[in-house]
Amino acid sequence: MIRIALKGLLGRKLRLLLTSLAIVMGVAMVSGTYVLTDTINAAFTSIFQTAYSTSDAVITGKQAFGNSGNAPSFSASLLPRVRDLPSVADAAGGIGDLAQYVGSDGKVLNSHGAPGLAFSVTSTDTRFNPLTLLSGRWPVGADQVAVDDKTASRLHVAVGGIVGVLPRGGRLRRYTVSGIARFGNSTLGGATLAIFDLPIAQRLFDKVGRLDQIDIGLKPGYSSSTLLSQVRAILPPHTQVRTSEQQAKQASKDTSDALSFLRYFLLAFGGIALFVGSFVIANTLSITIAQRVREFATLRSMGATGRQVRRIVVAEGFVTGLVASVVGLFLGLAFAKLLVQLFKAFGADLPQSGLVFATRTIVVSLVVGTVVTLLASLRPAMRATRVPPIAAVREGSILPPSRFARFGPVAALAVCTVAGAMVGYGAFGHGVSTGLRLVLLAVGVLGIFLGVAMIAPRLVRPIASVLGWPATRVGGVAGQLARSNSMRNPSRTASTAASLMIGLTLVTMVAVLAQGLRASFEDAVKSEFHADYAVTAQNNFLPTSIDSATALRKSGLASVVAGVRVGDGRAFGSTIQVTAADPGLSQMIKLEWTLGSSRSLDQLGLHGAVVDKGYAKSHHLVAGSPIRVETPGGEFLDLKVVAIFDPPTGGSPFGRVTTSARAFDAVYPSPQNIFAFLNIRGGVTAANTQALAAVLRPYPDAKLQTEKQFIANQEQGLNGFLDLLYVLLGLAIIVSLFGIVNTLVLTVFERTREIGMLRAVGMTRRQSRRMIRHESVITALIGATLGIPLGMGLAELFDRAIGGVPFAVPWLTVVVFVIAAIVVGLLAAIFPARRASRLNVLEALQYE
Amino acid sequence: MTAVATEAVVAARDVTRRYGSGDTAVDALRGVSVDVEPGKLTAVMGPSGSGKSTLMHILAGLDKPTTGTVTIAGQEITGMSDNELTHLRRRHIGFVFQFYNLLPMLTAEENVKLPLAVAGSSVDPAWFAELIAKVGLSDRLGHRPTELSGGQQQRVAVARSLVHRPTVVFADEPTGNLDSRSSAEILELLRDSCEAYGQTIVMVTHDPRAAAIADRILYIADGAIVLDRSGSTEGEILKTMNELDPLSQ
Repeated sequence: MIRIALKGLLGRKLRLLLTSLAIVMGVAMVSGTYVLTDTINAAFTSIFQTAYSTSDAVITGKQAFGNSGNAPSFSASLLPRVRDLPSVADAAGGIGDLAQYVGSDGKVLNSHGAPGLAFSVTSTDTRFNPLTLLSGRWPVGADQVAVDDKTASRLHVAVGGIVGVLPRGGRLRRYTVSGIARFGNSTLGGATLAIFDLPIAQRLFDKVGRLDQIDIGLKPGYSSSTLLSQVRAILPPHTQVRTSEQQAKQASKDTSDALSFLRYFLLAFGGIALFVGSFVIANTLSITIAQRVREFATLRSMGATGRQVRRIVVAEGFVTGLVASVVGLFLGLAFAKLLVQLFKAFGADLPQSGLVFATRTIVVSLVVGTVVTLLASLRPAMRATRVPPIAAVREGSILPPSRFARFGPVAALAVCTVAGAMVGYGAFGHGVSTGLRLVLLAVGVLGIFLGVAMIAPRLVRPIASVLGWPATRVGGVAGQLARSNSMRNPSRTASTAASLMIGLTLVTMVAVLAQGLRASFEDAVKSEFHADYAVTAQNNFLPTSIDSATALRKSGLASVVAGVRVGDGRAFGSTIQVTAADPGLSQMIKLEWTLGSSRSLDQLGLHGAVVDKGYAKSHHLVAGSPIRVETPGGEFLDLKVVAIFDPPTGGSPFGRVTTSARAFDAVYPSPQNIFAFLNIRGGVTAANTQALAAVLRPYPDAKLQTEKQFIANQEQGLNGFLDLLYVLLGLAIIVSLFGIVNTLVLTVFERTREIGMLRAVGMTRRQSRRMIRHESVITALIGATLGIPLGMGLAELFDRAIGGVPFAVPWLTVVVFVIAAIVVGLLAAIFPARRASRLNVLEALQYE
Repeated sequence: MTAVATEAVVAARDVTRRYGSGDTAVDALRGVSVDVEPGKLTAVMGPSGSGKSTLMHILAGLDKPTTGTVTIAGQEITGMSDNELTHLRRRHIGFVFQFYNLLPMLTAEENVKLPLAVAGSSVDPAWFAELIAKVGLSDRLGHRPTELSGGQQQRVAVARSLVHRPTVVFADEPTGNLDSRSSAEILELLRDSCEAYGQTIVMVTHDPRAAAIADRILYIADGAIVLDRSGSTEGEILKTMNELDPLSQ
């Protein structure tokens, strides 16, 4: 029986290929995700191993909490004491901070979200230096910098050239390139390296007499545990010592935790593609089984049992799934490369090493692809068992309906109800953990898809007769036949359309949710900020030095300049964002106050705090309530609540706790603004813009913008993410496109004789192509008719669950989606329509 | 499109048709010349594999000869593109198939009007009404093929072949799939359209009873016309057939 199944498959290679494609894409996404994340992981591991390969142990500053951001520096006086320890052979101190290169356009070099790293070296002592010098020398003195090779080529500089560097919290300065260096074997993604002489680095980062790191070499005869305990005995507070191995492992672990989010995020899209693929497989198998009724009946009449027939179908599913998974697995390698480019395009350049193809990737890809295909083949297989032997001798036998067919509508409603309840509970249920919530939502939404797909056959006729109307007007008889054809086998049209529906539902949902978020964000920004100009970092969301705001204030151009500082802090046991206001901010920020007023912002003194209503509620804060905020450097801010505001749903301009810039600057080293605002006489004019831009010229990371530009820039992140989602969901749409191709090819095959007759009575090739094309577009539009409202409904539901986000439909985008559906229909029809028009009329007429 | 001054509506001259090439080549027609006379019902008879279907396909513009020429309604088809041939069929050719070949999703009426719809021509209501009355389908117009008997379906097919008043109707084993009563009805219908409308009909069949209604019978064997007789009785036809193909005895 298995051999019959295999021969059956090989006899229909085109069908096997088309069916497989549906699963290949999903598996490629899964495999590509693993390859990509493993590769990035390996790259990071290699980076950290390289970084700590030269020493035996490392002393670093220790943040009071968390591990994001820069650890505090410590006094350089620790170094001689470490050198004096009996187990220490040698030790050297270094600085590690952030610095950005400035391009020839006077703006900071876009690092695609990766950090601009700054290191110190001591040219006379390179024992602990993990970098390799490719050309030139290590930097010496105040005017030199060594550049990593990739950045050097991006900036088109060589040894002896001049580059601009902007250190974190410092000022732009030009340096001579003393040498070009490389770090290990991995690429660093978009990250850049600026290497300075140690004393210069200390001065640049305001760390004179301080160090960020001490590398230690172990004296022979001592164990590393002895070394650690000896070092620990003399460590000051807020510092820690680890063996280099531990340090590298810890660093790798931090990045791999961050990467696992990326992995699940991408796998979700692979899952969606596979889910759509399973629809396509189930549909394709159902059609082929209907076409092979006589073949099965013949087998039955020769004594094959229903079970054996089922086994043939399942075996075909298994082999198809396996073949598709193997192809998908290897396609995943190409996919990983594609994803790298995709992320780069959306502003995230990730480090690379050689592609990592783990055993786990192989196993998961093969198992997932095969199992999904197998599951999808079960229902068609059950139907195949119901072919009676007598069908072998009947003319034009059709597949008997499934035993459960008459329960169809009831079952569909039941599935929808259960799925709807899951989504409802997932969205609105109280006290549900985030994990369970996500699972409920995901399974619920998939269930809704299934339910709608089950009901869809009943909707096909009315929808197709409406949607097909334009086709009958435009396409003449070809259009009329296309419309009738699309209504001929409603369940087939429905399943084909349902696969496209899934992708369209998801993109619509995303678009509507995003529109709501955007609208509420715009409202919030418009109601909160009332300044003529805003200044942010070039990349819009990272904090930037307060120097630019200071320069603007000193220039005397602006009537008022006020910045909002930002940093991490810990209060009431959890990490929060702490913000701080420059005096004058009250003139530019409008909020609803439940305690105090805007003016409170200017009168915070060294101990005043502003909090939002939600934070006040959850920590029972009233006027005068004390808040103790710990900084990452281990310092404390002792504050008392003086004002409480009610932020709009579109977002608060502040962190959870806000104090005065004066209080903030006292405990946060090199403070930075998240944004600064200014008012100027005459408001926004070309002359004002020009004058302000001139003041900001020495600050390459500062971006001057009007309120309108500010809103647009703040939305850029959301829009970029949205585009990424569209691209990833596009995969599901491509899978469904293959589904339509599949159905049409099989349909053309099935209607060979009909098409032959039509050609004989005078249908031109062009008309027959048009007939297939219109049917394809009608099918795709049915998918849109089901998917777009469903997507809107789900978005509305989620809007309510989030609370306060308005339900806003981006109509233009919806129109684009409808056009996209039509395009999908047209593309899907190209190949089947060609086949239909190229049919040999004579053979088609004699075809049985 | 120059009109050829000939009485024949379809004319074949020295037509050969070879399928495949080299050792496996099969000569389905080996030099056939025939004029289909207007207003007559011509039957093409012959055993399976004799080339009778190939001849019909070539005469109907569905296939092209390997050598020789074919003229349909005065137009030489040999050099025509697929598009030109299709347009020629639209105007001049009607078809009746063995398995009816109706579209299942269309009603009887829509099936009948299909050739006009394909050509984008309008329906002559008077002619349509007459035709429907003739084939006896007035009360079945709204039915779909699955709701009709085989004989009724073939009557729809006959009406379809006549609806655009083609120059010539080709019927390929029109009774091949019908019981004897329905066969008789269809044959009568074909004969009648020949008499009443002067419709030229070419019918390929191996049923002597069907051939008996013809004005002229062409016997084909091994890719050549071996006999060209005017109307015969069923018995004579059977006898001729047996003489030509002794194996079928």
